[in-house]
Amino acid sequence: MVVNLIKKFINKVLRNIFKKKKQIKLGLYGPPNGGKTTLANKICQDWLGEDMGSVSNVAHETREIQIKEQINIKSKDGKELSFNLVDTPGIATKIDYEDFIKAGLKEKEAKSRAKEATKGVIDAIKWLDDMDTVVIVLDATKDPYSQVNITIIGNLQARDIPVLIIANKIDLKKAKIKKVQAAFPQYNVIGISAKYGNNIDKFYEGLFALVG
Amino acid sequence: MGLVLQFVPYSEIEELGPARRVNKLLDIAKQNKIVLLEGRLKKEEETDLIEITMEEVDNKFKGIELAVINPQKKGQGFFKGMKSGMISMLLGDRQGFTIVGPATIIKQIKKDPNKIELFTKDIRKKKKT
Repeated sequence: MVVNLIKKFINKVLRNIFKKKKQIKLGLYGPPNGGKTTLANKICQDWLGEDMGSVSNVAHETREIQIKEQINIKSKDGKELSFNLVDTPGIATKIDYEDFIKAGLKEKEAKSRAKEATKGVIDAIKWLDDMDTVVIVLDATKDPYSQVNITIIGNLQARDIPVLIIANKIDLKKAKIKKVQAAFPQYNVIGISAKYGNNIDKFYEGLFALVG
Repeated sequence: MGLVLQFVPYSEIEELGPARRVNKLLDIAKQNKIVLLEGRLKKEEETDLIEITMEEVDNKFKGIELAVINPQKKGQGFFKGMKSGMISMLLGDRQGFTIVGPATIIKQIKKDPNKIELFTKDIRKKKKT
């Protein structure tokens, strides 16, 4: 226990020294189809005027780590925050190529996509150590108690990495922000629609509160 | 063949290193059995489990469903909190239990704070296709 506390303290000190020296890495993590790339695109559109990656209804559209460097955002009260945005493939415990066939892909393409998706999950996990801050993007219409969510958040907590939780897709009727908040009461949970930009200002405020 | 649940007491993994712990659970799941582990893995081992599972996924093995159940500690008073803190220190990762099942058999594990629902796939139907 004491060793853990010392480890956390050293990590924090090192991270602060590191932060001053270079850009912070802001990672977007979460299960597949939560809207990570949609949020990455929204951030990039808002501050760079361009998209970051392609989005799709078929899961595991993002199968490689994508990085957009030096994004500078400003708060209403004039604060500035600069970071490298890292969009990661969705983390899952199972990948079935037959699901991609059901989504309309041909068998060969589906098998290849499944293989790339498994590699994507491995890469996303490996990158966890490199992150300075993480935004967890959850689909607010889905069950927040999924073990993948709990495992990712638990890992970030163990590594003492600051976390902001986004309950995405609040434009949908089935979205339940309160359920996400109840699942993770110790974290700041912000409901947004990355697709339509609803509540996006709250998201930026949350980001400033976390790392600003 | 019906569903096979294999109970793994914590003592069986206690002395193992992280990689061997993860592999032991995964090996059982790959035999189409559902693992019921007494206690839980460490947070880092849970991600190792996901990582190694992904390395093993192929056309036959589609991955796993995973659920970790921890004893609830909400709404405890000071003394009860102290007591559960002491128990936690003594028992460590022996508390709660972990379910690991092959994705070809378990469709979904729904975890609510008060209940766990395990949805299985209709294997008979799958065999026909």
